[in-house]
Amino acid sequence: MGKYFDMLMEDVRFREGLKSCMNCGICTGVCPAAEFYDYDPRQIVSIVQTRDEEQIERLLKSDTIWFCGECMSCRPRCPRGNTPGYVIQSLRTLSQKLGFFVESEKGRQQLAIKRTIGENILRTGYCIVPRLVAPALHPEQGPVWEWIYRNDREIYCQFNPTYDQPGPGAVRRIDEDTLQEMHRIFEVTGGRAFFDRIEECSERKAREMGYDGADERYFMDVFTRNSQDNDE
Amino acid sequence: MNRNWKEYQKEIADDRYYYARSCIRQNFFPGSEKAFLDIMRNDLGRDCFDDPLHTSCTGIGYHADIVPLDTIMAVVARQFALMGEAGYENFISSCITSFGIYTEILATWEEFPETEERARENLYKATGRTLVKPKNLSHTSDVVFHHREAIAARARHRLVNVLTGEPLRVVEHIGCHYAKIFPKSGVGGSEFPYVLAGMIESWGGECVDYPERRHCCGFGFRNYLVQANRGYSVANTQKKMESMAPYKPDFIVANCPGCAMFLDKWQYTIAEMEGTTYGENGHGIPVLTYEEMAGLVLGYDPWALGMQMHQVDVEPLLDKMGIEYDPAAKYLGMNGKYIGQPASAIVNCGSQDTIYNIKQ
Repeated sequence: MGKYFDMLMEDVRFREGLKSCMNCGICTGVCPAAEFYDYDPRQIVSIVQTRDEEQIERLLKSDTIWFCGECMSCRPRCPRGNTPGYVIQSLRTLSQKLGFFVESEKGRQQLAIKRTIGENILRTGYCIVPRLVAPALHPEQGPVWEWIYRNDREIYCQFNPTYDQPGPGAVRRIDEDTLQEMHRIFEVTGGRAFFDRIEECSERKAREMGYDGADERYFMDVFTRNSQDNDE
Repeated sequence: MNRNWKEYQKEIADDRYYYARSCIRQNFFPGSEKAFLDIMRNDLGRDCFDDPLHTSCTGIGYHADIVPLDTIMAVVARQFALMGEAGYENFISSCITSFGIYTEILATWEEFPETEERARENLYKATGRTLVKPKNLSHTSDVVFHHREAIAARARHRLVNVLTGEPLRVVEHIGCHYAKIFPKSGVGGSEFPYVLAGMIESWGGECVDYPERRHCCGFGFRNYLVQANRGYSVANTQKKMESMAPYKPDFIVANCPGCAMFLDKWQYTIAEMEGTTYGENGHGIPVLTYEEMAGLVLGYDPWALGMQMHQVDVEPLLDKMGIEYDPAAKYLGMNGKYIGQPASAIVNCGSQDTIYNIKQ
């Protein structure tokens, strides 16, 4: 067995997700990503199953592994008990561990997700808080959200008087001791190191691409750029 | 069909719940989380513990592939440990992504015991807490489903058009992670989920069956979180809307807070981008959470339920159900303070000026 395949096998999701694919294509038929992108989860499972190191490396550096929406619609439909979504998750994790994710436009977007959702988790204890959904970056949220954003305290306090304050209830402020526990969990389990790895690789790639590092301009470019080139 | 649904039943605890909030639901539907607790405690006399010490499960980060598996397992282990410390055994999750995460992690611990051992050690090392696994794990929609007949017995309104006497036609949308990951974890499984259909039937409505009934709403995690990818998200909602519109639903109800938000907001976006609307009189189709649906049935005020936070107006539905409401109170702040109101949009029932040019 090859090194990439061996590394993938260390991930329990890969062992659970790849049994034996017969290339029937049901996963592709039901896949929301396959409908929108030039994308075929059947091919990914098929490639990985060959254990061909060169092809797996190409996959790890490609846009292809970043199209999946992880809805897991493929999981209950596979007649052989495979889960292409799990295979994708393990490929994405390995791509980031090896630093290959920065070689594709879709992969480079991991920096934007780390800096928004990731840092928000460590800062607030939530994936999302109202202030993170700024109308300028989320015009699709519409005028009602813009009104809520502008008047957040007046609106949220109607449902929870401790909005953004200590205590129970919706969008309460999570206490400092709890946040410290979250931070220690990220330290102990490698979550913090994973974040750092995304930053380091992005910094290197940004300079290689002519930016002054992974700065605000690089962030906005990876957050908004869509070349429509699906590399397949 | 009904017999198939009934074969996929799950055990749902009757009382004494440890309540885990949802990042998305508390941000976009804070009134729904309040309504759930009010209904359980005040209408049904159940014990629900709202623990200020719990956090996000980090599931959105996990499914956007920035939070490693070992990390989320330790975060989940902490949530379960808090439940045990508080003296509860029945863990209920307000979020569908979280529910999928909890279900999957418990199953992974079962199948790969070394992962549970590692989570236990990591949790203890990071926090000094001890993992206790729940006796019962349910989504909060399971809990409302479980109590649906008790709610029906207290109903002040039914899902019936008061003008025609006909059942309201309801599109029920089940979040993918409710049962597609582990079909046995959901009422009715992944093919015939009955969790919302059961509520709708008990409260007098009629479910709409349409071709794309089980298609994803289009959240797709990184496909929404990164602006460059949002075409994926809106395109999948559009596919569902196009499929359901010919059946003329009176409203949509979802058990996933993300799905409810996207099916509501993307109607605005599609209308602004293409001028296409899917509801009556050129407006949108109202999208409800199941807590809002239950709250309306029980006679809660729609603005106390937070329905003013929707993009698509709910008033046409309230009128059909014969619910009295104060139109002037819709957009007020605390203690009746006037705080202005949102600009109108095509999907709404007001004038058609817009504040964004979404095509840019």
